[in-house]
Formats: sequence, C-alpha cells, structure tokens
Amino acid sequence: MAKYLLLKHYRGAPASVNDVPMEQWTPEEISAHMQYMNDFAAGLEKTGEFVDGQALAPEGAWVRYDGEGRPPVTDGPFAETKDLIAGWMVIDVDSYERAVELAGELSAAPGAGGEPIHEWLEVRPFLTAPPTITE
Amino acid sequence: MDEALLRSLTPSVLSVLVRRGADFAAAEDAVQEALVEALRVWPAGGASPSSRLPADRGDPLRDAKGWLVTVAWRRFLDAARSDAARRRREELLDEEPAPGPASGVDDTLQLYFLCAHPSLTPSSAVALTLRAVGGLTTRQIARAYLVPEATMAQRISRAKRTVSGVRFDRPGDVATVLRVLYLVFNEGYSGDVDLAAEAIRLTRQLAAAVDHPEAAGLLALMLLHHARRAARTASDGSLVPLAEQDRTRWDTRLIAEGVGILQGALARDRLGEFQAQAAIAALHADAPTAEETDWVQIVEWFDELTRLTDSPVVRLNRAVAVGEADGPRAGLAALAGLDAALPRHAAVAAYLHERDGDTATAARLYAEAAHKAGNLAERDHLTRQAARLNDCRCR
Repeated sequence: MAKYLLLKHYRGAPASVNDVPMEQWTPEEISAHMQYMNDFAAGLEKTGEFVDGQALAPEGAWVRYDGEGRPPVTDGPFAETKDLIAGWMVIDVDSYERAVELAGELSAAPGAGGEPIHEWLEVRPFLTAPPTITE
Repeated sequence: MDEALLRSLTPSVLSVLVRRGADFAAAEDAVQEALVEALRVWPAGGASPSSRLPADRGDPLRDAKGWLVTVAWRRFLDAARSDAARRRREELLDEEPAPGPASGVDDTLQLYFLCAHPSLTPSSAVALTLRAVGGLTTRQIARAYLVPEATMAQRISRAKRTVSGVRFDRPGDVATVLRVLYLVFNEGYSGDVDLAAEAIRLTRQLAAAVDHPEAAGLLALMLLHHARRAARTASDGSLVPLAEQDRTRWDTRLIAEGVGILQGALARDRLGEFQAQAAIAALHADAPTAEETDWVQIVEWFDELTRLTDSPVVRLNRAVAVGEADGPRAGLAALAGLDAALPRHAAVAAYLHERDGDTATAARLYAEAAHKAGNLAERDHLTRQAARLNDCRCR
C-alpha cells in the first residue's frame, strides 16, 4: 500500500531504445500508442491500483513573486530547459517491485514501427503518512 | 443507534446471510446496502424505526440486528431475482426462511479469516476487512487511503472474487488477521474515517471472539499507542518525539485498559511479538517522565523481540534502547553490525552521535536521514534536528 509516481519525460531522460520523435510516426502508430496508454490505465483501474494520470502540455511559463503589491513576474518558456515532464501516472500498489513491474509495462508502449519504445520512466515513491508505532 | 455501533453488527448480519445460503460476494453487497439504508432511515442517536421493529423491544442491538438481517436478506433476494442468469439462486426462494430476528451461529471469526485470507494481497485484505467486517462504505475506504472510489470498488470486488471459492467453515490463521489489523492501525492516513479507532474496534471484536494471547497483545499495543495520540503532534502538525511529549496529555484510561489486557495475555505464558511490543509501550506509559523510563527492562523486551522476529528493524530500535540504558557508545556498538541501508538507520545514528557529543557528525547524519525519510512529518522533524545542531555550531 504505497503510492508511486510514474513520470514520463519529453526531455531529460536517457535516450529510449526506439528513439523516434512522435511526429515521425505514422498516424496508425500514434493511435496504437494512445490505445496502449488508455488500456494500461483501464487495466490499473480493474486491478484497483489506479490513482491518477495526466498529460502535460510541453510549454509552460516560469512564474515568481516580485514583491508586495506587484504582480508576479512571468518568464519563458525556455526552450533550453534540460528536463521536461510530459505527464504522470500515480499508482497505489503493494510493493516497490510491483511499481517497477508496472513501469516496465508502461515503457513497452509501442512507438515507431509498432515496436516498444523502451523509454525510461522515472519511478518516485510518495512520502507517506507517519506510522503510528515507531519504537 | 450510532454509526459505529450499527457497523459492529456487520459481521454477524453477514454471517447469517451466508449461513442461509447466500454467496459471500452477493451477501456482502446486500449487507452494505442494508447498512446504508439504516443510516438513512434511522434518526441519529435514536433507535431503529418502530414500525419496522420486530415484536421484541427488549434489546436495541438485537432489534437492530434483526432489522438489518431482514432488509439485507430482502435486498439479496431482489438482486438474485433480477439476475436471471443465476438460476441457481432462484431455487433458494422456495426455501426462504421466515424473516425476523436473527438466530443461529455467529461466524464473525470466520469472516475475519476470509477477509485476511493468504491469497489476498495486503491492500486487498485491508480493504475487504474494512468493508465486510467493519461495515465501512467503499467511498469511506477510498477516501481513507486516498485513491479514487472506482479504484477501491475494483479492489474490493477483485478481493471478493479471489476468496469466493474459500470454504467458509474452515478455521484460518489468526496471525494473518492480526497482520491486517496492524496495517490498518499503523498505516492509517487521516481522512474522515478514524482508521486507528476502527482498527481498535475490529481488534477488540476479534479478541472477544478468539482465545489468542497475540490478539490481546495487539489490542493492548494499539490502546497504548492510541493513548499518546493527542501528545504526538504539535498544534502546527509537526511530530513530537516520545521523550518530548507532554505526558499529562496521555489518555490514562486507555493506558490502564491496555496494561490490564497485556497483563492478562502475558499471564498465559505464550509470548508473541505483539505482546512484546505492547510490553515496551507499557514501560513507556509507566514512566512519569522520559528520564524515569526503565530502559534496562525495555532492552530486555527488545532482546525477546529479536528472539521472536529476528528483524533488523527491531535490532535498530534496540540500539536506541541500549543507548539509553548503557550510554551512547554502547548504542553505537549495537548499531555497528546493522546494514546502513535500513530505514531510519541514519536517524538512529545521528541521535546516538549527538548524545555522544559529536554534534558535527550528528548534524550531517540528521540531514542524511531527512533526505531518506519516507514520510513528510519525519523528514521535517529530522531537518529541524540538523538545523538545530548547525545553528548551535555557528554561534
């Protein structure tokens, strides 16, 4: 019973095995990829392990506080930013091993030529509530 | 009739339906619907509606149970009727028992075994226990564990399918049930359902149904830790370590009850890990101030626990106790043989080094421990410890 974030990167992760940008896939390959992702999430709902999943637009802005009474400053987007998050999925599973197993399955989503992308996904545990019994 | 009292009837009502021939999964759904119905139609704090009561008005709990059995059985039959594909159940209609006050065997214990069946994963066993034994709704359980309701519903229905072939009359292993209840108590998130209180209620019910010193040991352990709850967090939500807790805020009634239950269990002379853990908690509860803690006896209980479980986590906690009983050097020596990758290893090492006067090492280790902490409250606490030592050293 632990939650993990499966993080998908546009940029910043090591290169995947089947490393072809999506815009160079065929429309059918894109559809097959999307179908795989949807089926994966649906499968997790069936096993009672799904918490949330969202995709993010690649472009955003940087925002920071600029002092009392002044509007926040916005900047960017910066094309050169090293790391770029594409989306995430949150799962609630019984063990770390299960989280890794699922991430492996997600990474097998088909890409160019219908072959698995083998993309690197980041697996991050959630910080939990503190246990009651500690000593 | 308050909600908790009503929910305490869940397992016995469910077992009546199963005894009458309903399959577990369908019976469980029907009982859940009857509970929801009861909460809807019964006035809060009042008895069940008199128009629906059986003739016997003597015992409100028994009346409520009779009402629930009647409604649940009706719901079960409705579901069976509307499910034309399941002809087999139709045959049951011919031998429908007279509705009314429930009699017969109470299989509460069997339900515990079923819901903690070894074929279930821990999270499934927890969810099924909370629903089928605890009477909580899927929505309440989902909120308590911070997952969507649809996910929890699937987890529960899968769990029911998994145990659907298990014979209801086979005795199970109490130890598996205790582990599930321990999980509910110890890994409870905070939601609108008080999972710690729920775990205590279910363990109390179990301890009454089964003659098992470890069931009593677990109940004592829960009560003794629950007694400290108000003192465990500061008003800002930060963690207050045991040594710094305001002991006047400990619940003496729960402590007295826990100690009493533990003594009864220990007298049976069948020691187990929950009794040993409860004994350690009882020694802490016994000390009017942190300084008066009987650490020598606590170390002895940790030795027992090591013998019983041989768990590295126990050895780690033992090192803390040794540090208090025989000094930080002895504690560090006890720590020396343990794998540094253990959770909380750096935190324990930091504490012992600080006690030994090596604040530089302690500060470094506290920061490392904060980095590795698995929960937010602990991380914040450890970060503050590191900050406190670094602050002292700068001046």
